[in-house]
Amino acid sequence: MRRLGWLVAVWLWAAPAVAEDLIMVRAPLAFSDAMNVIQQSVRDHGYKVARVQRVDVGLKSRGFETAEYRLVYIARGDEIERITERHPELLPYLPLKIVMIAEGDSTIALTMNPDMLGPLFPGVDLHLQIRRWDNDLRSILEQYAGTP
Amino acid sequence: MHIPAAFGRLALFLLPLVVIAPAHAAHDGARLYAANCAACHGSNGTGGVGVPLALPDFLSQADDDYLRKTIRHGRPGRVMPAFTKLSDAEVNAIVRQVRSWQTVAAVPVPKVGRGDAANGAKLYATRCASCHGARGEGGHGTGVTFSRPRNLPVLPPALNNAGFLASATDAMIKAVLEHGRASTPMVSFRRAGLSDRDLDDLVAHVRGFAKTSPAAAVKHTQDDPPVLVRVSGNSMKDTIERLKGAISGANMKLIRIAPYDEGLLEKGQENSRRMLVDACDFEFVNQALAVDPRIGLFLPCRFTLVEEAGKVRIMTINPKRLAVLFNNTELDELCAKMHAVYVDILEEATL
Repeated sequence: MRRLGWLVAVWLWAAPAVAEDLIMVRAPLAFSDAMNVIQQSVRDHGYKVARVQRVDVGLKSRGFETAEYRLVYIARGDEIERITERHPELLPYLPLKIVMIAEGDSTIALTMNPDMLGPLFPGVDLHLQIRRWDNDLRSILEQYAGTP
Repeated sequence: MHIPAAFGRLALFLLPLVVIAPAHAAHDGARLYAANCAACHGSNGTGGVGVPLALPDFLSQADDDYLRKTIRHGRPGRVMPAFTKLSDAEVNAIVRQVRSWQTVAAVPVPKVGRGDAANGAKLYATRCASCHGARGEGGHGTGVTFSRPRNLPVLPPALNNAGFLASATDAMIKAVLEHGRASTPMVSFRRAGLSDRDLDDLVAHVRGFAKTSPAAAVKHTQDDPPVLVRVSGNSMKDTIERLKGAISGANMKLIRIAPYDEGLLEKGQENSRRMLVDACDFEFVNQALAVDPRIGLFLPCRFTLVEEAGKVRIMTINPKRLAVLFNNTELDELCAKMHAVYVDILEEATL
């Protein structure tokens, strides 16, 4: 019964908000825990965290008030090298990025829906790759949001 | 098989479904709310990027039809998307979920008389415009946003928004004017001394915003390229130096210069013909985050340099093209500014 309750809770939390072109989820996690969970989820999906950019630290050092706000860049193997060798115009949109936003007791994770790359680059045949990114990012965020 | 026995087995099979079905329907709203609304409005409707929904006064004034229409129409140009792909049953389930937070009985539906819009305009200018804007364009920013300081505890709605005008009835607008909303700056104008007739006049003026409502608040051109590109005939090293100068000239802070694949490959294995130059105008970013906390998808100001055949291509995302993702007119204006800054920097760096 407890297991069923846990599964229902995960199910309720996990489904990502599909606000058209953005994928956004909220997890009931303090920011430092949320950063650990998202990075673990990224690794569990075979991706590497290439860099974490601490936007909040930069803003605070210049006197602006903000809660924690970080950018997590992720990539897998030589995927970027392989794709951008043929399509360097994609470089500014890569690596994939997850924005982490502290909001009170919870932390929002946000990313661009990779499906958006299709219309942005209609001449580039990336259908399968975009599908894979879309599935992976949704799954990464679902795991993040479903962490009890 | 004996027919009564078969019925018996079928009934036994279906019984759990019958028992479970109502419970599942009740849960469906929670699941749909979690999937479609919670990221912005908070898991319990306390707000965030989106406005709070679990406010007692809001739920006592807004009927189900208002909630349904708001989900369907969204707020063009004001972040809230139109959920056109949800079925009617799904929308109703979400409405039931939101309604489950109601703790105060619905206010009586007021009768709305024929108002004098001209008098309403005068009252609006003195009583409403300071929060809702002179043309009903609403307050700045998003929802309640717990992540940074703000002037008002909650975003004043855009009363001229086509989504709002399509969702709110005259009676609902009058009820809000009459009762105000506790926990927000919206006061009761009845208690503030306005007569029933004055409230009707204000309703008539607000309804008149439909004539001036921005048609499709966000206009984006699909012709804008996704990437801004300029080509330099200089070496990578010289191009980076020029780019640094252009960034400094734009009053931006240089954050880092690094190989594009730093962090992806082992140190020393990076491709030196692909470089990144990150920069930031912190004041601008602070302003943009107040307008829309999702702006991180644009950050930082990143220039990607690729050396090929003796030339260096400098590329950035095109903020004007990306703005389409956000359904936020205020952000569109900032993206247009950012676009102009990027073009200036690219051109100066490749002169």
